[in-house]
Amino acid sequence: MTLTRRHLLAALPALGAAGLGVGFVRMLHGLNQGHFDPRAINTPLTGRPVPDFPALPPLSDTPSSPPGLTRGDFQNIKQPILLFIWASWCLPCVEEIPFIRHLATSLAIPQSSHTAPLALWGLCYKDHPTQAAHWLEQAGHPFTRLGMDREGQAAIDWGVTGVPETFLIMPDPQTGGRIVWHGTGSLTDTLYQAHIHPQLETVP
Amino acid sequence: MATLATIFCPEGGHFALALACALAFMQGILPLIGLRRAESPLITLARPLALSQCLALLFAWACLIIASLGDDFSLKLIAETSAINKPWAYKIAGLWGNHEGSLLLWVTLLSLWCAGLALLPAPTTARPEALPPRLRARILALLGLVGAGFSLFCLTASNPFLRLWPVPADGMGMNPLLQDPGLAVHPPLLYSGYVGFAVPFAFAISALLEGKADALWARYMRPWVISAWALLTLGITLGSWWSYSVLGWGGYWFWDPVENAALIPWLTGTALLHSVLVVEKRSLLQGWCLLLAIATFAFSLSGTFLVRSGILNSVHAFANDPARGLFILGLLGLYGGGSLLLFAIRAPALPSPQTGFSPLSREGALLLNNILLCTLCAVVLTGTLYPPFMQLLFGRTLSVGKPFFDATTIPLTLPLLAIMGVSVALPWRQARTDKLLPRLAPALLVTAGNILPAFWLFPTPLAAFSALLALWVISAALCDLILRLRSLPVGDRKLHHLPRSLWAASLAHIGVGVTILGLCGMAGSQERLIEARPGTHTTLTGRDWELTALTAHHGPNYEAVEAHLTIRHHNAHGPILATLTPEIRLFPQQGQRTLHVAILHRPLEDLYAALGSVKEEHDPQGQSHYTAILRLHENPLASWIWLGGIIMALGSGLHLLPARRRLLRMKRQVQA
Repeated sequence: MTLTRRHLLAALPALGAAGLGVGFVRMLHGLNQGHFDPRAINTPLTGRPVPDFPALPPLSDTPSSPPGLTRGDFQNIKQPILLFIWASWCLPCVEEIPFIRHLATSLAIPQSSHTAPLALWGLCYKDHPTQAAHWLEQAGHPFTRLGMDREGQAAIDWGVTGVPETFLIMPDPQTGGRIVWHGTGSLTDTLYQAHIHPQLETVP
Repeated sequence: MATLATIFCPEGGHFALALACALAFMQGILPLIGLRRAESPLITLARPLALSQCLALLFAWACLIIASLGDDFSLKLIAETSAINKPWAYKIAGLWGNHEGSLLLWVTLLSLWCAGLALLPAPTTARPEALPPRLRARILALLGLVGAGFSLFCLTASNPFLRLWPVPADGMGMNPLLQDPGLAVHPPLLYSGYVGFAVPFAFAISALLEGKADALWARYMRPWVISAWALLTLGITLGSWWSYSVLGWGGYWFWDPVENAALIPWLTGTALLHSVLVVEKRSLLQGWCLLLAIATFAFSLSGTFLVRSGILNSVHAFANDPARGLFILGLLGLYGGGSLLLFAIRAPALPSPQTGFSPLSREGALLLNNILLCTLCAVVLTGTLYPPFMQLLFGRTLSVGKPFFDATTIPLTLPLLAIMGVSVALPWRQARTDKLLPRLAPALLVTAGNILPAFWLFPTPLAAFSALLALWVISAALCDLILRLRSLPVGDRKLHHLPRSLWAASLAHIGVGVTILGLCGMAGSQERLIEARPGTHTTLTGRDWELTALTAHHGPNYEAVEAHLTIRHHNAHGPILATLTPEIRLFPQQGQRTLHVAILHRPLEDLYAALGSVKEEHDPQGQSHYTAILRLHENPLASWIWLGGIIMALGSGLHLLPARRRLLRMKRQVQA
C-alpha cells in the first residue's frame, strides 16, 4: 500500500483529535493537581503593584470628557487613587451611583488636614458609550480619569471577576502605584469608613 | 403503595442499571459475532436485547422517580438536589438537572433510540425501503457498544443510586433558577438530539467496516439524521428562549462554552443533513459525509461531557473526582478517536468519484454550503477552545466573547444565506443559466423591492442587509413551492400533493429566514436601566412606561416583590398598551434570589421588563419610600428567533411522515 494524498487527508481528523485529546488530558491533570483553573484570573493581591494593562481610550474626544487610562498614569501619582470598575448595564453599579455622587461631592470640598486628598478614577467595563455617558451623568461626572475597556481585556489584567469592583492605589515611585485594598460589589459608606478612610490617614 | 415502593425500590433501580449495562454489552458483541460467522440466531438477538435494555433503564427511572416523589433522602442524589417543599413536578424534572441523573438520561435516551430502531417493521414487498435486518443488527450492535461504555461509567463513577448515611431530615433543595418549566423540558430535548446523532454515527462506522457508503446507505441513514437534527434544533431553541425569558439579561445567546457546545454539533449536523443528499442522489462526497457523521457525534459527546468536566466551564464541576474526568476522556478517546482512526485507515479505500462537479448545480451549491458550515463550526470551535489552550500552553488567561464571534460568524453566514436561496432553484448535475434566472426572478424581485424599506426599518446597514438576505431565502423557498405546485398535473394541484421532502426542505429554509429576521430585529433593541419610585414615568422609543406600584406577596417557598408597570402609547396621557408585572423572588432556604421577567410578546416586538432590586429609604420625616431598579427593553421581532427554530424543527420533521404514495397504497389495501 502506498501512501497517497487521500491517506494523508483521511488521517488529518484523527491527528487533530489526538492533539486535542492530549491537551484535554493535560488540562484535566492540571485541574486535579490544582495548577490549572480555566476560570482563573490574575488575582492582584493587595500589596502588589498595579498590573500592566492595555491603554484605555477616553469616553469621547471632547475636551469635557476625562482623559483615558494607561499604566503610565499610575507612575507619577502624588495622591491615593480610588479606581472604580463599573458598567451601566450592571444593577449594583446603578445602586452604587448615590454613594459615588456623594463621595465625589464631599471630595470637592477641601479636606481636613490629616487625610490625603483622594482622586476617583474609573474603568468602564464592556459598555456602550451612550449608556456609559448616561450613567456618568447620573453620578455627576465623578471621575478625573476614565478608561473605556470595550473588550474587557484590561479587566482581566486587573483580575476583575464581576462589576462593580473597587481598588485603592497608593503612590509608590519604585513600582508605580501599589494596590492596598480591593473590594467586590457596590462600595457603601460603611465599607468606605471601615476600609478606605483608615488607609488615607496613614498617608503622610 | 407499600408494594409499589418495594418493587421500585432504589436497589431495584440499581440492579436494573447493572442489568442494562450487561445487556448493552451483549447487544454490542453478540450480533457482531453473528454477522462475522453468519449465524442468524445471534444476529436476531440484537432486537430483543435492545428492547430489554430499554425496559431495564425505564425501570431504573421509575425507581428513581418514585424515590424522589417519596422524598427518600437516603439517596445521595435526592438529598443533594431535592427538598420536601419542592413542587412535585420539579421533584421529577430535578432528577436530570445534575450530573448523575443527566448521564442516566443520556444512556436511557440512547436505549430509546435503539428501541425505536428495533421496533421498525422489517422490509416487505410493500415497504422495500425499510432497513434490512443485517444492517439493522449491525447498527444496533454498534449503538450497544456506545451504550455499554456509558452505562458502565454510570454504574461505576456516577451512580445515581448511591445511598447516604446518616439520612438527612430534609434535602438541600434545588437551585431556584432551575425551577422553570422550560428547563424541565430543555435537557431531555437537547439530549435526545445529541444522542440521536449516535445513529448516523453507527451508520458511518458500519459503512467503514463494510467498505461501502452507497446511495442506498444514505437513503437508510437520512431519516435518522433529520430526526436527530430536528430534536437538537428544538433543544437549542428552547435553551435560547429560556435564557431570554428566565435569566432576565435581555439577551438570547451569550456565546458561552455551554451554548457553543450545542451549536458546534448543530452546525456539523446541518452540513451532514445536506451532504447525505449528495451521497444519495449523486454518489459523491461519501468520505466527507462519513467524516461529518463521526464528527457530529464526537462533538455531541464532547459537548455533553467535556463542558461538564470543568475544562471549559466549571459550573458543574465533577472533575474534582479524577476517576470521573479520566473515565470520560477515555470514553471520548475510545469512541471519537477510535472511529477517526478507523476512518483514517478505511476511508482512502472508498471508491473515488468518477464524475466531476459542476459548480452551478444542486450538488455544487450543497458542497459550498458544507464548506461554509464547517468553516463556521471551526471558527466557533476555535473561539471556544482558544482560552483554555492559551492558558495551558502559554499560561495566559483571556476571554473570547461576542466581538470575536460577531466579527467571524456574520461574514460566513451571509454568503450561506445567499446560496440557500439559489440552491433550491438549482437542478442536480448541471444547471442552465437561461432556465435558472426565470426561476429565481420572483424572489429576486421581492428582495429588490424591499431594499429601501429594509434600510429604513433596520437600525444598521448590516442588519438591513442580513434581513434582505433572510427575505431572499424565504421568498426563494416559497417561490420554489409555487413553481413545483404549478408543475403538477392540473387536476392534482394541491399543496399536500407536493413531495414531503420538498415541504420539509422549504419549511426548514423558511425557518432559518424567520430566525435571521428575528436576529436582525434584535440588533435594534432598546434598553434602559432606571431607578424609579412609584409614579415615575420613563419614555422608551415613543412610549411611556409608568411604575404604578410595588407590592409584596408570599409564595410556597419564597417571598416576592412585584413591580406594576403601565405602558402607554405616545405619552403619559396616551391609551394604555399593556401592563407588565416583573417580580423578584427570594428563596430563604438557598439564600438566593431569582428574577421573574415580564414579557409581552407582540407580533412585531417584545416589551420586556425585569425588576432588579428594591430599596427602602427613610426621609427626615421618618416615612419610608421604596425605589425599584428596573430594566426596560423593547425588542423588535424577538419572538421570531424562536418561531423560526420551531418552524425549522417541525418542518423538517414532516419528512418523517409516510410518503403520499405509501398512504395511497395503504388506503387501497384497506379498501380491498
